[in-house]
Amino acid sequence: MHIPFLSALTDYLQGDGAVILPEVELTLFGLGILLIDFTLGVKERYLNAGLALAGTAFSAYTVWKLRVPVGANGSLLGFHDSVIVDPFFLFFAGLFLAATALVILLSVKFLEIEQEQEGEYYALLLFACVGMMFMASGFDLIVMFLGLETMALSFYVLTGFLRREKRSNEASLKYVLLGAFSSGILAYGFSLLYGLSDSTNIDTIGEMLGQRNAFITSLLHNPQSVTPAFDPFLLQLLPVLAFVFVAVGLFFKIAAVPFHQWAPDVYEGAPTPVTMFVSVASKTASFALLLRLFLVVFGATRVNWMYLVAGIAVASLTWGNLAALTQTNVKRLLAYSSISHVGYVLLGLVAGNKTAMTGIAYYLLAYIFMTAGAFAILIVLRQKGLIGEELEDLNGLYQRSPASALLLLIFMLSLAGIPPTAGFMGKYFIFLSLIETKHPVLAVFAVLYIVPALYYYFRIVVHAWLKAPGEAPRPVMSNAQAVALSVAAFVTLAAGLYPEPFTRLAQYALGR
Amino acid sequence: MDFFANHILSVVLFTPLAGAILLLLVPREMELTHRIGGNIFGMLGFLVSLPLVFWWKPGLEQFSFPENVPWIPSIGARYHLGIDGISLLLVMLTTFLGMIAILSSWSAIHQRTKEYYILLLLLQTGMIGVFVALDFFLFYVFWEVMLVPMYFLIGAWGSDRRLYAAIKFFLYTLAGSVVMLLAILALYFYAPVAPGATRTFDVPTLLAAAQHFSDPLKVWLFWGFFFAFAIKVPMFPFHTWLPDAHTEAPTAGSVILAGVLLKMGTYGFIRFSLPLLPADGAMRSNIIKIVIVLSLIGIVYGALVCLMQKDMKRLIAYSSVSHLGFCTLGIFALTPNGLAGSVLQQINHGISTGALFLIVGVLYERRHTRLISEFGGLATPMPNFAAIYLIISLSSLGMPLLNGFIGEFTILQGAFQVSKAWAAWGTLGVILGAAYLLWLYQRVMFGPVTLPVNEHLPDLNLREMATLVPLVFMAFWIGIYPKPFFSLIEKPVQKIVEQVNPNFYQMERAKLPPAVVPAAVEAK
Repeated sequence: MHIPFLSALTDYLQGDGAVILPEVELTLFGLGILLIDFTLGVKERYLNAGLALAGTAFSAYTVWKLRVPVGANGSLLGFHDSVIVDPFFLFFAGLFLAATALVILLSVKFLEIEQEQEGEYYALLLFACVGMMFMASGFDLIVMFLGLETMALSFYVLTGFLRREKRSNEASLKYVLLGAFSSGILAYGFSLLYGLSDSTNIDTIGEMLGQRNAFITSLLHNPQSVTPAFDPFLLQLLPVLAFVFVAVGLFFKIAAVPFHQWAPDVYEGAPTPVTMFVSVASKTASFALLLRLFLVVFGATRVNWMYLVAGIAVASLTWGNLAALTQTNVKRLLAYSSISHVGYVLLGLVAGNKTAMTGIAYYLLAYIFMTAGAFAILIVLRQKGLIGEELEDLNGLYQRSPASALLLLIFMLSLAGIPPTAGFMGKYFIFLSLIETKHPVLAVFAVLYIVPALYYYFRIVVHAWLKAPGEAPRPVMSNAQAVALSVAAFVTLAAGLYPEPFTRLAQYALGR
Repeated sequence: MDFFANHILSVVLFTPLAGAILLLLVPREMELTHRIGGNIFGMLGFLVSLPLVFWWKPGLEQFSFPENVPWIPSIGARYHLGIDGISLLLVMLTTFLGMIAILSSWSAIHQRTKEYYILLLLLQTGMIGVFVALDFFLFYVFWEVMLVPMYFLIGAWGSDRRLYAAIKFFLYTLAGSVVMLLAILALYFYAPVAPGATRTFDVPTLLAAAQHFSDPLKVWLFWGFFFAFAIKVPMFPFHTWLPDAHTEAPTAGSVILAGVLLKMGTYGFIRFSLPLLPADGAMRSNIIKIVIVLSLIGIVYGALVCLMQKDMKRLIAYSSVSHLGFCTLGIFALTPNGLAGSVLQQINHGISTGALFLIVGVLYERRHTRLISEFGGLATPMPNFAAIYLIISLSSLGMPLLNGFIGEFTILQGAFQVSKAWAAWGTLGVILGAAYLLWLYQRVMFGPVTLPVNEHLPDLNLREMATLVPLVFMAFWIGIYPKPFFSLIEKPVQKIVEQVNPNFYQMERAKLPPAVVPAAVEAK
């Protein structure tokens, strides 16, 4: 039987459609949630979460299936080379889907307590994830920018989702203003790149920039061929400007110092599951974008920007760690700590060899699960009548809920980088790559910042373990929360105790 | 049984961990079960380590009881265990003191009993791991992991300033160990590797490769390791965490801290730092000079500060700075006597200072104070206690026929062979040691009972006897017949001196009259 529509669909799914199938599935599920949400009563709203979870599962399965053609061909390109599916994308897509699933699991009870159980919340989570996946799979400036904006717009709404709360509204507004500002800067950088190379395909742009760079170098070697039309300084000006704008836009998105000011306020104001999503997934997605751009577009001129990135990395480490020391709000503290984690990942980019790339992938993987775990504890603490975000609210957590306290300890050790946890392995690769590429000073900076980091992470531990509990009630963990916590703890410990499979995965994604 | 024999080190290593996991499953209301369980596993940990001694084959060149399986193949980290005579002694010290420390906490701990025993057992595994690991990656994991239970032991069961002391301990040690991590990574990266092969973290391989490094690189590596070990020992300017941590920790914590934890630093010096010393020349002699001067300052300064203390526990803590100064002096004298004496003195310090902390613990449980001025004339109500305390004090200050004398004498002899001045300053430390320990004993035990509360203090009970008598027995054994101990460490020490200071044996040969040479050198 031949049905024209169906055969057209199958053809499509074997061609261009295959490279965007995971995203398409997520979008369909998101739209489905918006449709059925009207028919659900208040008691049935949790079904939205179930549907969203199913969406991530379907999408994850498709991503998993994609590894076979990718393994055979190296990569799949579609839509006139503007979308790519390669190990890089598969790895990051897996991380985004895992993070989204964790957020969905942790959101159900939280929204119940806040009495904001609208279905749009879950739809927006899925749309944000779609945006992130396009950020990792985009091979064209337009696709990348669209992915970034899809993610950002969803986040602006999610941050202000607690409409009745002032903090949430304020955070949302700050996020919108600074987000739009940084997107503008990034778009300006993109426009310069287009002007330089007459193309939006990043491979072509990279080639053009490389040729230009080679031409400039040859000019510098033969001073007699320098004419007013071919002045090496002028020729270099535009690529440098383009790089600076793109870099600044991206540094805003990953919250590197000095473009980090929005992060603590947004983290503090947003609903905690959204804070977790912003800090975990949006940061990783922005890193995916940054890595793709820096490695493909600016790969040829690495020596020129290496020290700029190193400076940003050390600044992030310094400011992130020092500012975290004095915080009393756990969400703010984790915001500053995540700024310091950005510093470590950027140091990997400075080293830039195979070990460093493995390290970046490993670090981001570890970062997602350990940070998600830390926020998950805060979400569990959120009970009726208790916000549970201040250090004082953690007091005596050990007596109130030993399991949460133990998990919190594991996540804190991992965030600080104490073995045998995932966080240590991530740092291990970064440090090793710095030594391999002869950056001993940066390496010493990087290791010594573990010490203040441990101090502030253990301020959390002290409150949870060694302070007497006050009047605070025992936190009750829902099943969904327990599942999310177990997954986060399992990965955090497994990637530290038996890192072999995770190392292979990181090498598959980036370290080749 | 075969499995046990082939994996004896793993069994020794993981018995305490297994105990901790079992106790984790017992509900926390069953305090007595936890007490008994903790003690059983403490004792079991010691019993399973005894075969190491019985099955020991002296004179082996390689590490004994090896276990070597891949762990993280993609980076070349392996699960590689093995011990030589030096690590054997330290492992035995760990299991022995661990058992005693656990026994000593029976009546001292009343809250969070479950967690207390779990942490003590975890700590045991961490410490044994440091001494048996022969893979740098594995070593580093144990080195760091062990900080966490110790942090909680101080922070949860310590006295008034416990939180401050606990985090100070953690941060100081961590600062040193992260620098060591860099040194390990540099060693890993700079060691030559066959093309196509993965690099390795294997300790013997890397240290052998390090012999061919250039001198400046060796110096950098040496200092990288140095900070971690110097903070752990602790050597003079890095010692400030020690008095706080030892004073605030619960009795068992202090026993373990002084008895075993500090030895991780000296062990590191012997195992990892010495092979990284550059070849003869200005760089080497500068390093040696700096380390020896710091050791001598530590010996004298520690002893002088002891004279000023009002708190018994703090006094004993500072005495560790002084005693460990002897150990580092012996190590960096680079003579067979110095090294052998240093290893033995590490064991002695574990026994004597461990016992001294137990003694303070006994008094603290009775009076809940550690101030010297609160006591006086205790010999009258507590005669057995007085006898044991006297023996331990004498052992700690280096009285002949007791263990401290053998260690200190051998170290000073070793130092004397290199420089008379070093030995002279060291001897000053011995004299001061006698002064502060005997003065402390006099103020606490002799004279009339000064305070009415002290008049009817109960003497040692059976359990306290059981914790102290084995230590007294060991003090006498080492003091009277130290030969078995020396014979264990003779071979590894000789190997280290040959490798690190090959000139020593040649110079010894030159000093002796020609006829005596062959016999004397053989005897070494």
